[in-house]
Amino acid sequence: MIASSKRSPLTYLVHATVLFLVVIWTIPTAGLFISSIRDKDQLSVSGWWTALSTSEQLIIARANDPKTQVQEGDLFVIRGNLLDGSSGDVTKFGSSSLEPEAFDAGAVADLRKGQTLQVMENGDYAFSSPTPWEGRSQRIFYTAEIPPRFTLDNYREVLSTEGLGKSFLNSLTVTIPATIIPILVAAFAAYALAWMRFPGRALLVAAVVGLLVVPLQMSLIPLLKSYNLIGEFFGVGSKTYVGIWLAHTGFGLPLAIYLLRNYIAGLPGEIIESARVDGASDFDIFRKIILPLSFPALASFAIFQFLWVWNDLLIAMVFLGNNEEHLVLTGQLRELLGSRGGNWEILTASAFITIIVPLCVFFSLQRYLVRGLLAGSVK
Amino acid sequence: MAQLASALVTMILGVLGCAVYFYGSNILLDKIFPTKNRPAQQVASNLRIANSIRPWLFLGPAVLLLTFYLFYPVIDSIRLSFFDRSGEEFVGLSNYVWLFGSDEFFESFRNNMLWLIVVPTAATFFGLIIATMTDRIWWGNIAKSLIFMPMAISFIGASVIWKFIYDFRSGGDAQIGLLNAVVVFFGGEPQNWITIPFWNNFFLMIILVWIQTGFAMVILSAALRGIPDETIEAAVLDGANGLQIFFKIMVPQIWGTIAVVWTTITILVLKVFDIVLAMTNGQWDTQVLANQMFDWMFRGGGDFGRGAVVAIVIMVLVIPIMVWNIKRANAEMEGR
Repeated sequence: MIASSKRSPLTYLVHATVLFLVVIWTIPTAGLFISSIRDKDQLSVSGWWTALSTSEQLIIARANDPKTQVQEGDLFVIRGNLLDGSSGDVTKFGSSSLEPEAFDAGAVADLRKGQTLQVMENGDYAFSSPTPWEGRSQRIFYTAEIPPRFTLDNYREVLSTEGLGKSFLNSLTVTIPATIIPILVAAFAAYALAWMRFPGRALLVAAVVGLLVVPLQMSLIPLLKSYNLIGEFFGVGSKTYVGIWLAHTGFGLPLAIYLLRNYIAGLPGEIIESARVDGASDFDIFRKIILPLSFPALASFAIFQFLWVWNDLLIAMVFLGNNEEHLVLTGQLRELLGSRGGNWEILTASAFITIIVPLCVFFSLQRYLVRGLLAGSVK
Repeated sequence: MAQLASALVTMILGVLGCAVYFYGSNILLDKIFPTKNRPAQQVASNLRIANSIRPWLFLGPAVLLLTFYLFYPVIDSIRLSFFDRSGEEFVGLSNYVWLFGSDEFFESFRNNMLWLIVVPTAATFFGLIIATMTDRIWWGNIAKSLIFMPMAISFIGASVIWKFIYDFRSGGDAQIGLLNAVVVFFGGEPQNWITIPFWNNFFLMIILVWIQTGFAMVILSAALRGIPDETIEAAVLDGANGLQIFFKIMVPQIWGTIAVVWTTITILVLKVFDIVLAMTNGQWDTQVLANQMFDWMFRGGGDFGRGAVVAIVIMVLVIPIMVWNIKRANAEMEGR
């Protein structure tokens, strides 16, 4: 607008400020993603912003079992490699926890009774002794410079052993029907509220606007009781997928009706009137005219409802419960946060799996989401 | 996979069921009150009756669902607040007496008030600033998209993201949490941020501000575009500077939208639950009403009476906004 017409210092300030804010807003997610693909040993000792630099780690290893010793001349020698073939450089080593960095790589450390330990830069080590080795295997302390390592192991682990794969399916199972059903129910109601004349219409619209802001918390306890009764009656238990689909439908309806009614009421009245004059019933009008025309609004609400159901934790916890079989992604993530609180390689990978689907939906369908937001906030 | 297949089947059945209901009930109505090949007198009366019934066929499922899932529970919650933990024995006002005598309630009430003041203000403020600035630069849409992105992330996912930022390592270990790393870099002392009473509330609020700023930005950006150019041009001709234009010309014209953004975020804040549950579960003085309600719902097998009382407090806080919304929606309907 005005400021951009002249290249004033103010323009550069605006660029800089926006860049700064964008960085602040993106860094948390970026950090999560980068951490989730780092090697878990590196992740736990260094920040993700150092992911591209070589990290120096102090590691305690055990040498091979004394049974593997071979006799070379007068000496009994145990050989092996500390780095196990992976890349990296050993810089220092030691044989006691008091002085873990006592010797430079390549030096020969004299231990007790003529025993020696030599560790080379590439990780090769050799214990030698004039008498045979006995007992437990020896400890070696060493400092290694390990180049950055990226891996998908974290994802492999959470998807298989931590049950994320199962939860992913559960989330899909909950989300897809809970997105489609309210659209159908709401579209009919929205048409009736927009274009049909009947007593009590204004009251119903007001009720929908009112219910739009009713906190879920008000519904939870009575519904939990009702669900228990109904479950008992049918002998199926109170935590079922059908139950949660209907719950999401019920809670999503006010927004759906409000959004769709606003849109449908804004469609040109002449089309509907002329169709009526031609003898079309309301059902035909709805099916042949309203539904195709309101596709953008339907898409907007679908995205909303999808994000909301996928990201929901409260309703899933109350109506689907905490058992392993039924845990959705958000519920699983919460469980992991409790049980694996310090294992960031697990948490970051799990969190990324839970947010990847909504992020894809978000970036591919952002246009509809914005349109829905603009129509959905009570004007 | 079998589970997903059964979900798809159920979904198709559900959709078919809906279609059959709407289609079938309409045909049935036309059969019962036929309008073809009948005397004019009967056609008129049949048409009238059918037209007065049809709206309710369209509305039926929605009204039933709304009644069962929202309307009836609100009434029942009010009733339950006068009953004991199992919801069977009438106990009068004793749940309310307990509520106003409990320290936990005052803690969560105070925290909720803090949330109500800080989060909508900060999110609206940042949203407005970003919306104004991104409108002036060529890469504004990319910037908006990135700032909008957290909207797609679940509260629990966002909690993990920020818990990682607030991570604290004791002793001389290298900090892997970004915040502590920055503090250490500037020579400060690393802290376990989420356990510092009172201030930890703000660390939790940042998460919601991070999520909601995008929402405020999108709505306000659209409102700013709707401002007629003439008003700004006139101000420029009169010699107003950038700040004056912003505060005296642009902001007053979008007050209505700012209020909408503010109230929408306020309602969300009242319901906020996942963030507190995931970050602290109410420890270290961070309890809020929604989490307290959830807690009582299941604590020791569940205390429905006390849970309902806390829910009612949340409801009472929402009512003013609800009334305001209904009034404006009505005004808008009359204008049509």
